[in-house]
Amino acid sequence: MSKKTISRRRFVATGAAAAAGVVAAPYVSTAQSGGTLKLGLWDHWVPGANKGAEDVIRAWADKEKVNVEIDFITSQGNKLLLTIAAEAQARSGHDVISLPTWQPARNANQLEPMDDVMGDLIKQYGPVNATVEYLGKINGKWTSVPSTVGSQMKGPESRIDLMKQHAGIDILAMYPAGAPPKADGWTLDVFLKAAQDCNKAGHAFGIGLGTTSDSVDTAGAFFNAFGAVLVDQKENITVKSEKVRQALDYCVRLAKEYPADSPSWDDASNNRWLVSGRGAMIFNPPSAWAVAVRDAPQIAEQIWHHGMPSGPNGRHAPFLPFFWGIWNFSKNKSAAKSLLRHMSLRESAEKMVEASKGYDIPAFTSFTNFKTWAEIGPPKGTLYHYPNPHNHQILSIAAAPSPHRIAEQIYTQGLMTKMIVRGLRGDKVESVLSWAESELEGFMRT
Amino acid sequence: MVDATMKSDAAVARGRQSSSLQRTFQRKSTIAFLMTLPLILLIAVLVIYPAFYAVHLATLNKTMERYVGFSNFLFLFKRETFWMVVWQSCIFAITAVIFKAIIGFIVAHLVHNIPSKGQRKWRGMLLIPWVIPPAMSTLAWLWLFDPSYSAFNWIFERVGISPIPWLGDVYWARFCVILVNVWIGAPFFMIMYLAALKSVPEQLYEAAKIDGANWWQTMRFVTIPMMRNIIAITALFSTIVTFANFDIVRVLTRGDPLDQTHVFATWAFRVGIEGGDIPLGASVSLFMVPILTIGAIFILRDIVKRGNEA
Repeated sequence: MSKKTISRRRFVATGAAAAAGVVAAPYVSTAQSGGTLKLGLWDHWVPGANKGAEDVIRAWADKEKVNVEIDFITSQGNKLLLTIAAEAQARSGHDVISLPTWQPARNANQLEPMDDVMGDLIKQYGPVNATVEYLGKINGKWTSVPSTVGSQMKGPESRIDLMKQHAGIDILAMYPAGAPPKADGWTLDVFLKAAQDCNKAGHAFGIGLGTTSDSVDTAGAFFNAFGAVLVDQKENITVKSEKVRQALDYCVRLAKEYPADSPSWDDASNNRWLVSGRGAMIFNPPSAWAVAVRDAPQIAEQIWHHGMPSGPNGRHAPFLPFFWGIWNFSKNKSAAKSLLRHMSLRESAEKMVEASKGYDIPAFTSFTNFKTWAEIGPPKGTLYHYPNPHNHQILSIAAAPSPHRIAEQIYTQGLMTKMIVRGLRGDKVESVLSWAESELEGFMRT
Repeated sequence: MVDATMKSDAAVARGRQSSSLQRTFQRKSTIAFLMTLPLILLIAVLVIYPAFYAVHLATLNKTMERYVGFSNFLFLFKRETFWMVVWQSCIFAITAVIFKAIIGFIVAHLVHNIPSKGQRKWRGMLLIPWVIPPAMSTLAWLWLFDPSYSAFNWIFERVGISPIPWLGDVYWARFCVILVNVWIGAPFFMIMYLAALKSVPEQLYEAAKIDGANWWQTMRFVTIPMMRNIIAITALFSTIVTFANFDIVRVLTRGDPLDQTHVFATWAFRVGIEGGDIPLGASVSLFMVPILTIGAIFILRDIVKRGNEA
């Protein structure tokens, strides 16, 4: 019986080589190698949309032999926000987590850098829209990967019949299905006149002035259309500028045409306004239309999704992206990155868009021509212009381009909608601006 | 012999030990302590630890990377919105508690005067608003106030009255959150006052009647003095709960319009969780502790004083 001994020197060399191999090795799948990956994903509003994402993930997991556990976390009652905050505090929880709008910036120092993944995806598919880059790329580094699931546009969702009847506007002529928009005449002035006409006819535009995201996104798009910035990139408070005065003046005049209780509206109020048949227009992703298809089909048949009116600073559409991030305390980062690459593929994105019935919009500008948007109805083509396929709008978000820690405060505190409500109740413009300046000084704290 | 004596001494010592242990376990206070121990542990884990953690958080900067002492509180004192929230929390709590107490007092008397045969049914029905989870009942109220489907406005329109922006106007919105709080909380006052009323000896009323006391004098010199402690404890308990209210405001208005329906808890949530400034949110939520402590000390001292006099 021979006995083989290993010298100390040889043992150290072998150990070091093995360790180097483990560190440097790419993610290689074997029947046992994958381990477990825990995902905390946003629980979609649209029935069946979770299944679409789950199918994409399961297909990857089966191929890579990874055991995947998925928790769909609702954003109702801010449960997703609370989960993210708890996991960041505890440094424990899921490996991959869905991150709404401002969360990549808030948690940047606890997220695994994703420059390698995003670099490859951008090389393959072209650029993502500027809002996604502003929210996901912090201090020059990608903190997370833009998620198809949940990313949405909150453009106008109009009643074809009421707009034609009361405002004399032919939405279908401006935004024909399957063709580029012919919307040069669709300006802020025309929009204001239409709001006045529809309100007079008892079908006011259902735009909220509360502090939830639908209200804030809409106000932000109007401010952006004037180039009105409250705090610039260098943290200078610029609220007392001429552009802000113009934006505020316009928004106050427009808000006089909103329903009387719009200062209290939440993200469901505008949906109900449209589905009940009372409103000629709201600003929303297609969820209100989807509810109308189910509950009020005669109203759904008259709903058309289209672009924003243009202002002095261009045609800005409110875009609200979600992201997928990997916690830096995740124990299975290589598998998580592999999964996020798979979920970001064009064919994966297309499946998710289809499952969400067109609600979700991928971040890549080359992904806005999926057949779902062209074909879904009734009426057929209602979602054709929803993802901005002809790139005739600038996708933006309220409070950009302020630094994230300030922009997040402006957004979550609904500073712009509060400015409008103050103007609406009769406060003088300078008094509103002084109040906003004082609030912004408070948002500067570090 | 010596050995046998030593053995018996050891046995006696053991016996003494075991009997003292038995005595300890037979003591009512020990049994009471052991029985409450699970609850004490639960409170320690779910209340005391989070409370101290909140104090710790309140002393950190926004990014939670360095200790800043009382800076967060000093920052709050300079904010207009913070003082508005303090003012609104006081209006909300004080107004709601006063109305709950008045309604509870009146309804308790009405129920007390119902013949005992049908009283149980009334007691059960009147308690319904209190036993439904507030988030659910507030959601029902939200629908009653809803801009598109408001039942109230629908009725108003039918009788020719203009619709009211229930939650869109500052004053109506404040009225609505107080109304819902009173609706949910009044049954608790009612049941506490009813219990107090039932414990007033009938002889006192008979004596007052013989002395020729009228309704008001009976109420002032018999009923209210006999209910005083219950009134004080109920008011204290309700003030604490109302000050710390979250669900009603959160579901009904989320602090809108213009932050003018926020109370401490909802503003702390807005600043801390939604706004990403957890230390400032913790500071806001801790601010109500001294207010409530001072109130509790005064009311409890009064109760103890009256107890000693009795």
